[in-house]
Amino acid sequence: MRLFLAIALLGLPLFALNARADEMMIVRSSQEFEEAMSTLQAAIKAHGYTLTRVQRVDVGLEAKGYKTDKYRVVFFGKADEIKQIAAKHPELIPYLPLNIAIFAENNQTLLTTNHPAMLAEFFPDPELASYFKEWEKDVTGILDDVRQTQ
Amino acid sequence: MIRLLSALLLLLASAVTLAAPDGATLFAQNCAACHGEKGSGGIGVPLALPSFQASVSDDYIRKTIRLGRPGRIMPAFQKLSDAEVDALVKYVRSWNAAQAMHFDPAPIKGDPTHGKQLYAKYCAACHGANGEGGKGTGVTFSRPRDLPIMPPALHNPGFLAAASDSMIKYTLMHGRAGTPMIAAAKRGLQERDVDDLVSFIRQFQQEPVSSSATLLNTESAILTMDSPYDLATTIENLKRAVGNNNFIFIREQNLDAGLVPEDSEDPHQHIIYFCNFSLLNQALANDPRVGLFLPCRITVAEDHGKVKLMAVNPKRLSRMFNDSNLNDLCRQMTQQYLAIMEEATL
Ligand code: HEC
Ligand code: HEC
Repeated sequence: MRLFLAIALLGLPLFALNARADEMMIVRSSQEFEEAMSTLQAAIKAHGYTLTRVQRVDVGLEAKGYKTDKYRVVFFGKADEIKQIAAKHPELIPYLPLNIAIFAENNQTLLTTNHPAMLAEFFPDPELASYFKEWEKDVTGILDDVRQTQ
Repeated sequence: MIRLLSALLLLLASAVTLAAPDGATLFAQNCAACHGEKGSGGIGVPLALPSFQASVSDDYIRKTIRLGRPGRIMPAFQKLSDAEVDALVKYVRSWNAAQAMHFDPAPIKGDPTHGKQLYAKYCAACHGANGEGGKGTGVTFSRPRDLPIMPPALHNPGFLAAASDSMIKYTLMHGRAGTPMIAAAKRGLQERDVDDLVSFIRQFQQEPVSSSATLLNTESAILTMDSPYDLATTIENLKRAVGNNNFIFIREQNLDAGLVPEDSEDPHQHIIYFCNFSLLNQALANDPRVGLFLPCRITVAEDHGKVKLMAVNPKRLSRMFNDSNLNDLCRQMTQQYLAIMEEATL
């Protein structure tokens, strides 16, 4: 028991440091942008989420005369979760729905988002911990799917 | 008995191979997005380049993975096990045709005062007046670029802890063929000058951490402000405040739009999207990842009759992205969010 406590105590600051160190996820898809975009949308659905919107950042920029390659932000969520959180934890709303930025790099595509687990540092309420854990698993799974689809 | 033992051994051996971390997979998961699938470069420098491979040691790569480059995008991978880091080093080294370099850890003696003069003349244009590194990220063709590879930060705790004096000297003497970093002799510098430069770079460690390795500190991940008005009035105020602060209103939606049928959306969490395209363009040129939090958005939420404005705190993002290039922009964005929120609730 005491050993366990010692380990837990030792582990704690280390964990705090870890959470700090690496807050972003970023993966590369060997698919071209349009293909990677469909792969992403399929992966989001396969993990049980609904796509709520695609923000076409590139279209907005080009309309204003700026040069950019394809750049979109994809939003997704689960209706019941959003409802529960909006009711009990409105402070989390600015970080919802979940999103992934997707942009072209030559004939490949990059996808990036923050680690949902990182939100636990911002919002330490234990009631939220299980959401963050689930989102971390799902978002990692979604990005793994996209990365592994040739 | 012997048969049982050998069966056990076999089992054990296969378990070990199964458990041995796979460097290629680890690289694809953790590094390829920035450094390119085969190390050809991208947001990060090209690691497969023969001239890079020829000028660094395994130890340098190992320490760089662990410590990252604070403030310079390259993350510190502290969750990986030692075995995983070793597998990554081995994988990165599989691109190396030459012998792995070993460097003498002994310090190099030189004249840092003379090194400082040389640095200002020959190096500062690319690596920054104070060694803070080039602006922006490396070559992502999602954006126009001036330099194919961003000059790395030298005044950085991660770099200084990973690189020995003799490694830095080797890089200066030989340059990195295929990159803008050319050999000392081509600039007309002697070996003695190089020693002076190395001792000047080493002195960065005695100075306060450079601005490019410093990230913003902030208490809160969100900005909130109470509104004395009802929901509809606050939303109208907010849209007007957005325009008054040089942003363009883009669109509005309820938080659950797209998740539930339109007629059953909950109007009590309403999101306003707005943008300043010149700022957006500047932000993306600095770091193509920041689009994740753009365009700007403020949520108006009504909770038990009380109306509130909420937004992410942009100041928190410089740390999230580990990118000090974003510090000024994030500071400015936080100010602007607060100004808009204040005006809307006045
Ligand atoms: C034209 C721009 C340019 C100039 C001038 C220049 N460098 Fe570089 N330097 C670079 C680039 C780009 C790299 C990264 C090369 C790579 O991808 O491996 C680099 C790499 C380095 C590195 C290795 C750092 C690392 O993290 O790998 C050192 C050390 C260095 N330069 C020192 C100097 C010094 C000292 C001078 C002046 C004598 C100098 N450089 C002049 C562009 C430049
Ligand atoms: C989010 C983008 C990103 C990720 C992910 C990333 N790096 Fe980097 N890496 C960079 C950048 C940017 C630099 C240059 C830092 C600078 O400019 O000061 C760099 C620098 C390096 C260097 C030093 C190169 C030199 O010229 O001395 C090594 C080695 C390296 N990274 C290895 C890795 C490995 C291995 C991984 C995966 C475990 C990884 N990086 C993941 C962005 C990244």
